[in-house]
This record gives sequence, structure tokens and C-alpha cells, in this order.
Amino acid sequence: MTAQHLTDPAEAVADIPDGATVLIGGFGLAGQPTELIDALREHGAADLTVVNNNAGNGDHGLAALLATGNVRKIICSFPRQSDSWVFDDLYRTGRIELEVVPQGNLAERMRAAGAGIGAFFSPTGVGTPLAEGKEQRTIDGRDYVLEHPIKGDFALIKAHRADRMGNLVYRKTARNFGPVMATAATTTVVQVSEVVETGELDPENVVTPSIFVDRVVLT
Amino acid sequence: MTATPTTIEHLDRGPLDKHELAALVAADIPDGAFVNLGIGQPTTVADHLAPEQGVVLHTENGMLGMGRAAVGDEVDPDLINAGKVPVIETPGASYFHHADSFAMMRGGHLDVCVLGAFQVSKGGDLANWHTGAPDAIPAVGGAMDLAIGAKDVFVMMSLFTRDGASKLVESCTYPLTGRACVSRVYTDHAVIEVGTAGAQVLSTYGISLAQLRERTGLALA
Repeated sequence: MTAQHLTDPAEAVADIPDGATVLIGGFGLAGQPTELIDALREHGAADLTVVNNNAGNGDHGLAALLATGNVRKIICSFPRQSDSWVFDDLYRTGRIELEVVPQGNLAERMRAAGAGIGAFFSPTGVGTPLAEGKEQRTIDGRDYVLEHPIKGDFALIKAHRADRMGNLVYRKTARNFGPVMATAATTTVVQVSEVVETGELDPENVVTPSIFVDRVVLT
Repeated sequence: MTATPTTIEHLDRGPLDKHELAALVAADIPDGAFVNLGIGQPTTVADHLAPEQGVVLHTENGMLGMGRAAVGDEVDPDLINAGKVPVIETPGASYFHHADSFAMMRGGHLDVCVLGAFQVSKGGDLANWHTGAPDAIPAVGGAMDLAIGAKDVFVMMSLFTRDGASKLVESCTYPLTGRACVSRVYTDHAVIEVGTAGAQVLSTYGISLAQLRERTGLALA
């Protein structure tokens, strides 16, 4: 089905319910879908689980969403940054739950969700506190930890250009988690800075095929 | 059986400064290697890589062929390194998503990574992500994936803490990042091979091997 094209970010996130798991793209500010995050904040869904590499920078975007208190839990690899004061305060006062996941396991757990993998054995984290309580196995002499998929109800990501079908291309390192998150959510919402007619993207250069994209918002 | 290498003692000088240490690491990176440099001190190794070495830098956020820090009009918020600093592309650069980026690590495709550390054990265990302090916010990033992924893991650190405690230890007291993953430790006072065979001092700077054994309290070969 062709992706739904919208102009209003509010409309694109209006059906995100309380308690949803929302995958949010970006590595720091690169690739962060700021307009979609702002719309989610204004929409006001509560009790959210958010998956992102970080836990917000400064006072805008993801940080502003966290500041509302509507995020019950964040799953990320690197919450602590020089400008993560919003998260730091929530965490230290016990108002947000944190699951720290090694960055590669975070990406692979979402890839697994999108690829229909039930769980997988990763060598990352073996012998560390992040493997405690997880099943371990030795395969061909190497130790692995069992990791489970992270599936999103919604993914909010940012790409550079979409066509009418919903095929996506990204820009430089703003690609980061976008293509993986697009596969791992029931509903994938993408904000782009340009929409072109179907046929104008070189099929050889499409990074995220339209099958993974539900809604496109031109911002 | 190969002969045990002899330690080269540089006693006519003091310890290495940060630039000398970075230059030493850079010189040991094989020509044409795919390399990931960790955030902080390891990043400075890039300043000492000679163009003719043909080293290709990987950044975890999805790029091979990363160039130097961007200046002026080169700054593009969509083109940053793992430390979120704007950088430039080099000819032959490529972009890819996060699962591919970490497949490059976990799949053993990266030749070398250079990381900082709180502690490294003689057996090559690495602790560099968490002090274990109860009020510290844990943040691991890509450190665990890098530690177990690259073919060679070099650690770059000062050998002693400000209190004089050795950061090369019998066994780590900080929470581990990876087990038996470090191959070589570059410090201001010595370069040391570590691993299951124990620690072998390759060279010392401003300190003798005997003094190094005394100050670290380790049975260094």
C-alpha cells in the first residue's frame, strides 16, 4: 500500500496510545525527527516506552518529551551526555526507568524484530553486568548472550527524501537508526524535507523500501 | 618456539606526553587498516596518521572514510562522528545504517579499534564504561561491541591514576566492558602486550622494567 502523505505532524501521531512503545530515530541531533517528537509531546500520550540511542540533548526534541513525564521507560545505549540534564534529573529522582543496552545490541534487537527473528546470541556484553540474568551459550568455543527483539508500536524517524510510494533516502550520518527502526514498528512515521513523484528516486539508491513506511510528513 | 621479546627501556627521557603517545599508536596501525577511534584521547590518533598509511576510519554512527573535524562552512549537522562533533567526508567514504555499522564490529571486519580505559587486566579484560559508583548514570554506547569486535583492541591511557594506583591490574575491580579482549596497552610509561599469556612489556619510557614491576605490583615479563 502506498504510504499516506500528511502535512501536519499532529495528524501523523494522533493515534499513538498511552502505553505505546515508540522507536525514535537519531544519534544525538542527527536524524532526530524533531517535529514528530514535538507533535507526540503535544498529543500527550502517557506511560510511553521510548527507544533511542540517547536520552535527549538540551531542552528540545526528545529532552522536551521526557520533561513532560509521559515517558515511563527509556531504552538506550548512552543516556549520559554533557547536555542530558533533563534525563539526568528524572533518573536521579526515580521518575524514569532506564534500560541500558550496548549500541550494537540495540540496533540488532530492532533488526531482529523487523526480520522476524525470535531471539539471537550476541557476543557483546559477555562477562559484563549487562549480561546478568540472561541465558548464555558457548558456540564453537565462543561465549554468547541471548538477546530478544525490540518491537515498536510506532517508529518516528527522519529521512531526507521520500517518493509518493514511501521509498526513502537519507542524508549522511543522519541515516543511523532510521532504516532499522522503519522495519521494527507496526506503524512507521517518517518526516522528510522533500517529497518527489514516484519514479524520481533511482531504485538502486532507495535505502528504505516503501513496504516499511506507513506515513510520510513533509516538514 | 619463538624467543621472548626483550623490553626496550627508554631511560634517557621522561614519560610520553599525549602527542607522543598518540603518534606511537598511529605508527603501529597497519597500512590500509579499517580503524575505529574511541571518543576522547583515542580520537587524537587521527592527527598522527600519515596519508600514505591509507587508514580508513570507521565511525559507529554509520560511516567509513571519516575525515577530520569540519570547520566553518564545512559544518553539516547531518555529518557527525561518534562524539557528535561535525566532521568531513574523504573520497571513497560510505554511509550505512546502525545494524550494518555494528555488524562491521561484531563480525570481525574492523582491523583495529583504539579505546580509553579505567582499568585493563593482565589477561586483557577491559573496564571503561562504568565506575560502579551507586549514583553514576550507566552509559555504554558502542564500547562493548567495539571491545569484542575489532581484530585488535588497543587501549590508550595513563598508566597511573592521580593517586598513583596502577590502571593495569591483576584483575579489574570496575565493571567489565569486555573479557580478554584487549591486545595492547599504550601508556605514558610503557607499551604492554596483554592477553591469556600474561603481560609482556614491549617498551618503557622514563622508567625501568624493574621500577615498573614495583609501581604496578605486577609480575610483568
